[in-house]
Amino acid sequence: MSKSVLLKSSLAKKYWMALTGLFLCLFLVGHLLGNLQLFMSGEEGKRAFNEYAYFMQHNPFIKILSYLTYASIIFHAIDGYLLAVQNKKARPVGYAANKPSANSSAASRNMAVLGTVILVFIVTHMANFWAKMHFDKMPLHSMTKTVEVPVGQDPMTGEVIKKPIEITYYLTTKGEYKEQVYKDPSSGQKQEVFDVKDETFFIDKNSGLKLGEGYKDLHSLTYAFFGQDRSEVGYKANEYALIAVIAYVISMLVLAFHLSHGFASAFQSLGLRHPAYTRLIKGFGQAFSIVIPLAFAAIPVYIYLTK
Amino acid sequence: MSVLDSKIPEGHISQKWTDYKNHLKLVAPNNRPKIDVIVVGTGLAGASAAASLGEMGYNVKAFCFQDSPRRAHSIAAQGGINAAKNYQNDGDSIFRLFYDTIKGGDYRAREANVHRLAEVSGNIIDQCVAQGVPFAREYGGLLDNRSFGGTQVQRTFYAAGQTGQQLLLGAYSAISRQIGLGRVKMYNRHEMLDIVKVDGKARGIIARNLITGAIERHSGHAVIIATGGYGNVYFLSTNAMGSNVTAAWKIHKQGAYFANPCYVQIHPTCIPVHGTNQSKLTLMSESLRNSGRIWVPKKKEDAEAIRAGKMKPTQIAEEDRDYYLERRYPAFGNLVPRDVASRAAKERCDAGFGIEANDTNEGVYLDFSSEIKSKGKQAAYAQGIHNATEEQIIALGKKWVEEKYGNLFQMYEKITDENPYELPMKIYPAVHYTMGGVWVDYNLQSTIPGCFVAGEANFSDHGANRLGASALMQGLADGYFVLPYTVSDYLANEIRTGQIPTNTPEFDEAEKRVKDTINQFLNNNGSRSVDHFHKKLGLIMWNKVGMGRNEQGLKEAIAEIDQLRAEFYKDVYVPGSADELNPELEKALRVADFMELGQLMAMDALQRKESCGGHFREEYQDAEGETLRDDENFKFVGAWEYKGSDINQSQLHKEELNYEFIKIAARNYK
Amino acid sequence: MASKYININLKIWRQKNANSKGEMKTYKLDQVSTDSSFLEMLDQLNEQLINNREEPVAFDHDCREGICGMCSLYINGRAHGPDNAITTCQLHMRKFKDGDTIYVEPWRAKAFPVIKDLVVDRSAFDRIQQAGGFVSVNTSGRTMDANAIPIAKIDADKAFEAAICIGCGACVASCKNASAMLFVSAKVSQLALLPQGKVEAKERVMNMVRQMDEEGFGNCTNTGACSVECPKEISLDNIARMNREYMKAMVTAE
Repeated sequence: MSKSVLLKSSLAKKYWMALTGLFLCLFLVGHLLGNLQLFMSGEEGKRAFNEYAYFMQHNPFIKILSYLTYASIIFHAIDGYLLAVQNKKARPVGYAANKPSANSSAASRNMAVLGTVILVFIVTHMANFWAKMHFDKMPLHSMTKTVEVPVGQDPMTGEVIKKPIEITYYLTTKGEYKEQVYKDPSSGQKQEVFDVKDETFFIDKNSGLKLGEGYKDLHSLTYAFFGQDRSEVGYKANEYALIAVIAYVISMLVLAFHLSHGFASAFQSLGLRHPAYTRLIKGFGQAFSIVIPLAFAAIPVYIYLTK
Repeated sequence: MSVLDSKIPEGHISQKWTDYKNHLKLVAPNNRPKIDVIVVGTGLAGASAAASLGEMGYNVKAFCFQDSPRRAHSIAAQGGINAAKNYQNDGDSIFRLFYDTIKGGDYRAREANVHRLAEVSGNIIDQCVAQGVPFAREYGGLLDNRSFGGTQVQRTFYAAGQTGQQLLLGAYSAISRQIGLGRVKMYNRHEMLDIVKVDGKARGIIARNLITGAIERHSGHAVIIATGGYGNVYFLSTNAMGSNVTAAWKIHKQGAYFANPCYVQIHPTCIPVHGTNQSKLTLMSESLRNSGRIWVPKKKEDAEAIRAGKMKPTQIAEEDRDYYLERRYPAFGNLVPRDVASRAAKERCDAGFGIEANDTNEGVYLDFSSEIKSKGKQAAYAQGIHNATEEQIIALGKKWVEEKYGNLFQMYEKITDENPYELPMKIYPAVHYTMGGVWVDYNLQSTIPGCFVAGEANFSDHGANRLGASALMQGLADGYFVLPYTVSDYLANEIRTGQIPTNTPEFDEAEKRVKDTINQFLNNNGSRSVDHFHKKLGLIMWNKVGMGRNEQGLKEAIAEIDQLRAEFYKDVYVPGSADELNPELEKALRVADFMELGQLMAMDALQRKESCGGHFREEYQDAEGETLRDDENFKFVGAWEYKGSDINQSQLHKEELNYEFIKIAARNYK
Repeated sequence: MASKYININLKIWRQKNANSKGEMKTYKLDQVSTDSSFLEMLDQLNEQLINNREEPVAFDHDCREGICGMCSLYINGRAHGPDNAITTCQLHMRKFKDGDTIYVEPWRAKAFPVIKDLVVDRSAFDRIQQAGGFVSVNTSGRTMDANAIPIAKIDADKAFEAAICIGCGACVASCKNASAMLFVSAKVSQLALLPQGKVEAKERVMNMVRQMDEEGFGNCTNTGACSVECPKEISLDNIARMNREYMKAMVTAE
């Protein structure tokens, strides 16, 4: 099979669009399932989400999948761009009067525009979360508790004198909370137990031995990004949270339209059409295009509203 | 001895073609690429001929005026194609198809040709199925058949109401394959405007590229004309707008005799004329007569009330309806041959019972209500409903009709804006097919050596009336199974000729003729459009050389056309220039030929003092209004020789028809 | 049918020839019978233009009964006008109102260049057909008997429903990508469904698609506009079938 047929033929291009598109639909499902954990706030929710995020970043199988996802996005975009350019060229002179609404849905006619918006979203989305997660030094998953620590005994009464000390625990990938910072709230004096190197590794100050690994606190990042203040763990509330929420919701709306045509269309492109199943595919596609983006969009809205 | 040698081979009718074929000369495969064949027209006959000759290895050049060979008007044939396969085991045979065709043609067709047609009819179906033509099939997977007017067997193969389309697309796929292989060179949007003869033989054509207007010379060792019929001489017909007689007429002017021009088939079931701007008439398939009953009101006042819009046909009681075909022809009823059904409709309308509210009141009803009821009852029984209500029955009946004729009913509604499930269809006869055409011998060769004529353009197989589903059969028979043999026989003498040059005086002269005519029209600067004259010609033809003809009317027609022709040349205005796409110029060139042909048709009708098939002379009818043939004096093919621009000088030659194998009898469908 | 007469305004694309620039021109036409077909209305306009010594509008048409596929026209933003399942020649003026302005444009596609006014060159369709739209069987009359291979009625019917394509080009005209997929897939489907055509199914689909791409048609994005505007209502099933056929041919090519 010659390369030109695989890449250049109009039908093969459609197969690629369909295959990458369907794969990305699967990705959406996975991504959403993970994200749904964001509905849980509190330490438990935070822990669950951050553990999940760590898992997604470190599991070799997931890594392969993620590379596939990046490749699919890039291929889907480039292939789509090439198709759109070719399609544009196929009609150099347009109509003076045109009424396409009589024969096709708006979504189906605007896949390239919708796709471009989604691509822009993906880029900003990745810059805001993925890139930080991968490249930035981020505050780690921590939990601060104030503990009354005995500092001595009242010589008069013999009572134990306690002093509130803020202890910050870092969660390790082993699941234990390690004490890292002791802070005297009155004096403001701080003492660190170990060093954090290479973003996430806990290193013993003296021996230089690795004590464990922490989790990047994506949960708090996300909450802060969408408006909740998490200064206590190092994330200030985003000033532009409302804009971020609105942009996110709009992007999901665009995604919904893109999917409302794209899902069933992919099956058609692959030739998977049969009187008995096509209605099912179409119905499922419509449901998919509503449920998935809606669930995605609900998360930032929830975060914003519960701030 | 007549100058017309039909070259019918000796022997028993069933062996003639086989024996003849065995003795025809052949051209060896290595010689075929040295020979050029021109095919004009790419309908069933032309496309199949071009494809077959291309497959054999000849250099074929094919021409059509449409933008693609797939558009030829063969595509519009609805009902079906006959073949003596006897798949239904109802007693059909080659002989019966042969017999039905001769009888249907009112004993004015040539026996040997028709028998050959019946012989190859089965091969056509085999060939088409092999090409992937999707004929209708039964649940068992075998081919389905239906019956058509004028026969008592089921031998019609069909593809819903689009048989012509499917067959043409089959032939188109065959010619496309040859074009792809480089063996056929296709010239779309080209119109043949003259033939070139060298030493008496057809050696090429002059064609106009309709896009650039360029006048082109094309040479060939043989020229095949397959350009269809001339029904558009009537302006209004079921023909396509572009259908024309020009190619056939040009070869007539160069020496090919034109046979039986007065034989025109008027199809009984077309949608009536609606107004003066109407450009074309639409056929409703003959198959509808299987289920519809034709009637007009019994009382004139009812007819008048309907025309005035004061009454609906459904308000006329059963006993006040005149089912005139059932009344006159109880044996065949609504399924009498086309000419008979058409004339009966005209008779009723002429008598004042027409129901259409147009200028001429010409229209009758084709009513499906009886069929809806009876099929509805059957369907109810089949579903186990034994005491079905009237509404249930009608609903089921309508469903049955919709399954069977849905697309036709829809088409009718689109055109007329009336719902034929509720109101009876209005129909009236319209010009449909022309049995006459260029005279050809058994080889389908005209009186110009090397010039062959196939399909509707020739005269050979249908006599004075064509049976339904026979035109498709003839077109493909000529193209696939006759011409490849007979043209090769002719070309066997041409292997030493070499390429024919186009820079000879003969080509110069032909090209000059064409250019002169074009310039004459463009410089005429008259005041009337081409259509103005065409419509006038059509009216004369319809009124005086139409369904009923008489001596006085024909004489008037001849004189009126003469006059109209003079007026046309004086006063026609053709806009635009010669070197561009110029549809008005194309029309002018075609109408010029129609004028001459129309006159010849009237002359032919005048000389034929008898009534036969589609030719009805009012003077020659029996007491019940049936046709009266005169076999003693008119059992001949009337072939006209062109004698200059005064058509009145054309000379009639007669080819006697001999019926050796069929007993000639009066045609009776009662 | 009660005849009515309406007055209309027409905006029609006029272009002298393939090389010249065209433009929309406005015409007024009075006394148009609502029983006229759209093309009869154009005849009437041309008669008026000729009488005024203006150049008549060139448009393709032939059979005027919806089967030859010659007529085209993009009318008020839709291929074959504002009615479904018909060709322009079957469109009647009763679909319009008195005083309407009607836009009439040629098919627009790179692969269908304008020849003049409303006439376009659709020979690209012929070339696609020539690339493989046939069964390679010579004329002999000695093929096997037509009933030798039974074909399931359902397959024969499906093949027929694909085969009724009239090649008018409305699918290309109404597709936002000027794609010819519906046309090509109809022919591919017809022959792929029949045993006679299966033998060379792979070569056929590869060759026809290659030619389709070379002609400069756009790609299919499954908007479905083609099928809605198709005068013969050719189904999208055919496109899916062609997609299958092509994939089969592609992955098993030797």
